[in-house]
Amino acid sequence: MRLQYPPSLRIIEVPCSGKVDIIHLLLAFEQGADGVMVVGCLEGDCHYQAGNLYAKKRVGRVKEILEKVGLGGERIGMFNLSSGMGGKFAEYVREMTGKVLELGPSPIRTTKAGGRPAAVEVASS
Amino acid sequence: MIKAIGKPLEEIIGNVQDLSKVLVAGCDGCVTVCEAGGLKEAKVLASALRLYYTQAGRPAQVDELSLTRQCDKEYLAQLSDRIDDYDAVISLACGAGCQFLTEMYNHKVVYPGVDTCFIGVNEERGYFTERCQACGRCLLAETGGICPIARCSKRMLNGPCGGSEKGKCEVNPDIPCGWELIYERLKTLGQLDRFEKPVAPKDWTSSRDGGPRKIVREDLRI
Repeated sequence: MRLQYPPSLRIIEVPCSGKVDIIHLLLAFEQGADGVMVVGCLEGDCHYQAGNLYAKKRVGRVKEILEKVGLGGERIGMFNLSSGMGGKFAEYVREMTGKVLELGPSPIRTTKAGGRPAAVEVASS
Repeated sequence: MIKAIGKPLEEIIGNVQDLSKVLVAGCDGCVTVCEAGGLKEAKVLASALRLYYTQAGRPAQVDELSLTRQCDKEYLAQLSDRIDDYDAVISLACGAGCQFLTEMYNHKVVYPGVDTCFIGVNEERGYFTERCQACGRCLLAETGGICPIARCSKRMLNGPCGGSEKGKCEVNPDIPCGWELIYERLKTLGQLDRFEKPVAPKDWTSSRDGGPRKIVREDLRI
């Protein structure tokens, strides 16, 4: 399809979005991610029945934690796509990257010695 | 098992925000089962605190571990060589474990990381309900295996109160009336005649009315 989406993205593949735990998401932020997208299958279409629904709840919990520790819950988002929705994936990545650029670099990265460009991490199933 | 729930993060941050070295100590016992204070929860809390300190511009050392049980000195002793490296410990054990940690390391500030709630069961993952109030003298043999102390909001001993309506408690319609449950259970067992024998007033000295309790088993002591 030769779709274009921002190159600031690092994709981490997992067997199912239900594999993504709260600690994985928090560690991504600890390691300097400016934003994290969790991309699971469409709701109702999980190959493992409810993995994407577990992921959604965990993303919600991480949002709360990020709010409370001062990073802001907008830096993480849950997205649902099928494997045939490449166009929509690119659109979501552009949307999330735009949001993260608006928010600016993560304070974790700026207060540490880091200097990497803004990055969005994606956990994709 | 004992059921607990994690304290609000802002409350924990409020306790430790001025510190620079914090240890989050989980417990592999009851609080692991109810997913409030095991190793996994200790890792999440420690990570959240590291994020807090770093974004506030003053990175702190936050480490985590989980002890087999915090209600046993043998396991608490595993902290002896490293506890002095920290300004404070956040204990994710129940109130008993947290206090035992405090008693063992008298010089160290210990903050609770969970609210200990009750002795209960796992209805399903993330859904826990109370079954026992540890009153010290079990009545289950007389009440069809359903406890009127833990299941009746008023701890009635001889049948339901006037607030029982359609099998629900007047305190909250989500609470089943404990005595309705006992009646139905005794009916199933064919033991409704038990209702004809009034239960004598309960001796509460074995409960909290007798002050802090202890069990001394000479047959077990070394």
